[in-house]
Amino acid sequence: MTTQTIDPSLRHQRREQALMTLLAAPAVLVIVALVVIPVGWLAAQSIYDNGFTLEHYRRIFTEEVYWRSFALTFRIALMVTLLTLLLGYPVAYAAAHAKRPWNVLILACVMLPFWTSVLVRAYAWLVLLQRTGVANQLLERFGLITEPLAMVHNELGTVIATVHILLPFMVLPLYSTMQKIPRELMLAGASLGGGPLYSFLRIFLPLSLPGVVAGLTLVFVLTLGFYITPELLGGGRTVMISMVVSRNVELYAQWGAASAVGVVLLVCVLAIFAAVGRIIPLDKMLGQK
Amino acid sequence: MAKSLNFRTASVAAGFFLAMLGSAMAAEQIMFVSQGGAYQKAQTIAILDPSAKKLGITINQDSVPDAWPIMRSQVASGKPTWDVVDVATNFCLRGGEQGIVEKLDFSKIPNAAAMPAEYRSDYSVAYEFYSSVLGYNLKKFPDAASAPKSWADFWDVKKFSGRRSLRNHPLATLEAALMADGVAPDKLYPLDVERAFKKLEEIKPNITVWWTSGAQSAQLLNDGEVDMVMAWNGRISALTKEGAKVTYTYNQGILQSTSLCVLKGAPNLPTAIKFLNEAVDPVHQANLPLHIDYGPANPKAYDTKVISEARVKELPSAPENAKVQALMSYAWWTSPAGEAAEKRWLQFMQK
Repeated sequence: MTTQTIDPSLRHQRREQALMTLLAAPAVLVIVALVVIPVGWLAAQSIYDNGFTLEHYRRIFTEEVYWRSFALTFRIALMVTLLTLLLGYPVAYAAAHAKRPWNVLILACVMLPFWTSVLVRAYAWLVLLQRTGVANQLLERFGLITEPLAMVHNELGTVIATVHILLPFMVLPLYSTMQKIPRELMLAGASLGGGPLYSFLRIFLPLSLPGVVAGLTLVFVLTLGFYITPELLGGGRTVMISMVVSRNVELYAQWGAASAVGVVLLVCVLAIFAAVGRIIPLDKMLGQK
Repeated sequence: MAKSLNFRTASVAAGFFLAMLGSAMAAEQIMFVSQGGAYQKAQTIAILDPSAKKLGITINQDSVPDAWPIMRSQVASGKPTWDVVDVATNFCLRGGEQGIVEKLDFSKIPNAAAMPAEYRSDYSVAYEFYSSVLGYNLKKFPDAASAPKSWADFWDVKKFSGRRSLRNHPLATLEAALMADGVAPDKLYPLDVERAFKKLEEIKPNITVWWTSGAQSAQLLNDGEVDMVMAWNGRISALTKEGAKVTYTYNQGILQSTSLCVLKGAPNLPTAIKFLNEAVDPVHQANLPLHIDYGPANPKAYDTKVISEARVKELPSAPENAKVQALMSYAWWTSPAGEAAEKRWLQFMQK
């Protein structure tokens, strides 16, 4: 008798679990087909070329060219990430606190360039920043400079345009986190005698941290793979790792030469995720609760 | 009566036969791949359409800016869909080395016989010529006498002040560096790579931009970002046509070509070879420069009188212009030494 009875709530829970698995199946299949298999194939190619070989990895770890590009890529990614945070936090804060229609307007200003092609935006920055560009002409007219500044065809130009392109990826997670922070908490802080700055630092800032970490991670990882922007605005000297990948396709007879670089970059990114995940759990980072 | 009936039957039969032949011929087709844009349009008018008509074949077209990786993956897949590719000559040669490109039987390409030996290889037939030339801004150098005329001038930052740009690629750039260092245009190969990079180190601090696309080189010169540039002749002449105050010299230009090659295991190999021969026909070749600023690869095109005297003077492969230029050796660039030099480029750029 007793063995036959199953707690109805448990049965319900099981059924729900089965349903969820079923619902998730298409998504899992898509990820396996479009991400897991190609990435696995990529990794396999980097070590297999008519037999097992580590030649492509040996090259990466012994030739200075790769080390320099990896270092440059991570340095640019770090700069871009910090700059987007500095620029994006106040914007997200304003958007989260402004009343309609201002908050919509602020978000629209952030989103509008997001819908413009990356290529178009890179050229737009070229027009603005080059020697005979709008920025230099204005500065010269106001007598602030006598010689045009070299703002593009270098690392600076690359960073400026990349920050612009990736800003929405910082603002949006920040905004969604900030929006969920109850206003009453700040009022409570004030009623207990905390000044605006103190309340912000003790209440709002810590509560917005999941959004900050999500934004930082998104922007950092996206910058690592940038190609068109450094290619157009870097003046040829700013050789980021994606450009090395494309160069290796041209230079070497095997795909492995290019895919090994991709695998090393992927491993670096996963290592960063793992390190960050130790400080902040992954589910929190992706904005759950 | 019987005779005329017979005649009618015969003519009907002949007509039927011709129609059959026609449809059999129309069924012959190839897939031709080039780089797209104005260049592919010009070829279509000058070479592809007339060739298709003359041979009675259908030429399907595709275009891709960077054909090399696709050539490789098509052949690796075992079922290539492309037949003929128009690509920078070094890729045809490299393809030959790696078994990606078919070896050509020149007895089936009689039109190529008139071309100098350096214009062809076992795996390629030159298709058109362009040149990496020294271009400059006429506002900065209005006087022809005091304008830069050689790579030595380009390297002389004291005598010729101004901002400079070179291509972010070793091809033609190493040649220019060696000419700047005093090597004669016809004594360049095999390139002294060490000497070339040393000379490049010298000019490096004065290079504002290392350009990557032809469009970029034109934009830099047009917007006044730089005063002197090594660029492809067609890019600068296009600016001139739009009224920009820029010009260039063929002196010490590096004459380069794209070539036609046939993918290994191409689905329509015999038709592809027929097309290769037709594509370098002197008249088709002579028609090309009427539509774009590239020179014919078959020197016989200059004897057809299709190209006007004035136009001949503007073309990179015209005998008078070719004389003052260096002819790029793609054989050297695909040799181990050439490939090593290409790999060394990034190291040079990063420092």
